[in-house]
Amino acid sequence: MSEMRFSKDHEWIRTDGDGATIGITDHAQNALGDVVFVDLPELGRVVAAGEACAVVESVKAASDVYAPIAGKIIEVNAALSDDPGLVNREPMQGGWFFRIEPADASEIAALLDEGAYHSFVDSLA
Amino acid sequence: MVESSSESLADTPLAALHRELGGRMVGFAGYALPVQYPAGIMAEHLHCRAAASLFDVSHMGQAELRGEGAAAALEALTPADVAGLKPGRQRYGLLTSPSGGILDDFMFANLGDRIFLVVNASRKDHDFDHIAAHLPQGVTLHRHEDRALLALQGPGAVPALATLAPGLAAFSFMGIGSFDIGGVEAIISRSGYTGEDGVEISVPADQAEAFARRLLALPGVMPAGLGARDSLRLEAGLCLYGSDIDETTSAVEAGLVWSIGKRRRMEWNFPGAERVREELANGPKRLRVGLRPEGRQPARGHTPIAGADGAVIGEVTSGGFGPSVGAPVAMGYVARPFAEDGTALDLMVRGKAVPARVAPMPFIPHRYAR
Repeated sequence: MSEMRFSKDHEWIRTDGDGATIGITDHAQNALGDVVFVDLPELGRVVAAGEACAVVESVKAASDVYAPIAGKIIEVNAALSDDPGLVNREPMQGGWFFRIEPADASEIAALLDEGAYHSFVDSLA
Repeated sequence: MVESSSESLADTPLAALHRELGGRMVGFAGYALPVQYPAGIMAEHLHCRAAASLFDVSHMGQAELRGEGAAAALEALTPADVAGLKPGRQRYGLLTSPSGGILDDFMFANLGDRIFLVVNASRKDHDFDHIAAHLPQGVTLHRHEDRALLALQGPGAVPALATLAPGLAAFSFMGIGSFDIGGVEAIISRSGYTGEDGVEISVPADQAEAFARRLLALPGVMPAGLGARDSLRLEAGLCLYGSDIDETTSAVEAGLVWSIGKRRRMEWNFPGAERVREELANGPKRLRVGLRPEGRQPARGHTPIAGADGAVIGEVTSGGFGPSVGAPVAMGYVARPFAEDGTALDLMVRGKAVPARVAPMPFIPHRYAR
């Protein structure tokens, strides 16, 4: 498994095979609270880095999820439609949102590594 | 996922307790209040329907009207029947504008020698200025800035509190009275805004924290935040001022005609009576209805509502996920031809149509102690 990178919008991204898998961090799911619905992007959609491309709905509010890098959506997590609570229970594994084919793989390396992301989260408190 | 700064927000008398309990504080109507505790909104909501939950509603405005003619003075500002309210009873009412809009919704109670008022936090300065400006000589308004307000809601609330306040169990819904609970002078009404049995308790601010700790120590009582309060009242079909009712909506459109006294509907001498009378006779142009979206996607406030031909015929005013319903629920206004229960509509969530049906409210039956 390759190294995980993080955005300041609290998404994680992990390269695997031909693409990269994206989800939201444990910090993000905890801040959102109980997730009741996830609106996922359409397959084949081309997104820019920082573009809102999914929506996560908690009991209280809807929040955007952003593409941490530019690319094409190649897969979405169908399990979330029946069990959106996966986002709360397994944010870094089973609760992933979508897979993206990077337009430029070097964008991933430019994101925060785990240590830098945790420092960033600590700076928010 | 950005949390707003809590600068310049006022604390309620329970602020230290909220923080000690791990409450996630947010700004609401100028106050720092917990949107949830560590248990989370879903768990807090379900606990309230199953047992008893304690809410801090100290941000709401409390006051009393004193003097000869207080009831008549209040009737000049509301279509509710104030004069006919018996001692020891509370009622829900609307403050209305001359053009028939709703200035606020509020509770008023006959405490024998005075009328006790509870108004919305976001409207309290407006309401109390408005009331004070319309009082005849001899009637005075006294704001209770020095009192906290707690809501203990759920089927376990009254059985638990009755151990401290004997006599409370004999109250029916909307009964109100004064109690001495271990030296704390409490005004307790059997009412609330969750659809469940329960009470709202007014206590002196400087005794509120110790009192809240006593309530939290009662069997089955857990703290709950603003998030659960909102999802509970939405499932109960109850209006949130500023979202579901405001100065543009009338009592008829909002389905709140029941709060207008029968006598008042013969006298027609309240602010906005002309509009109410016309809408009762000819039907309003729009009506507040319940909405049940298909699937799991919630439709939030301001979501446009479209008819079968795609034309926008209304707007969602409150919406979210109903933890007890186990599905999304919403309310909003639709043009009258679309207001019948079962009418198929589309909720335009982020540009995509979510099919929904007009549904009766409450979404969860009220369980008041009638």
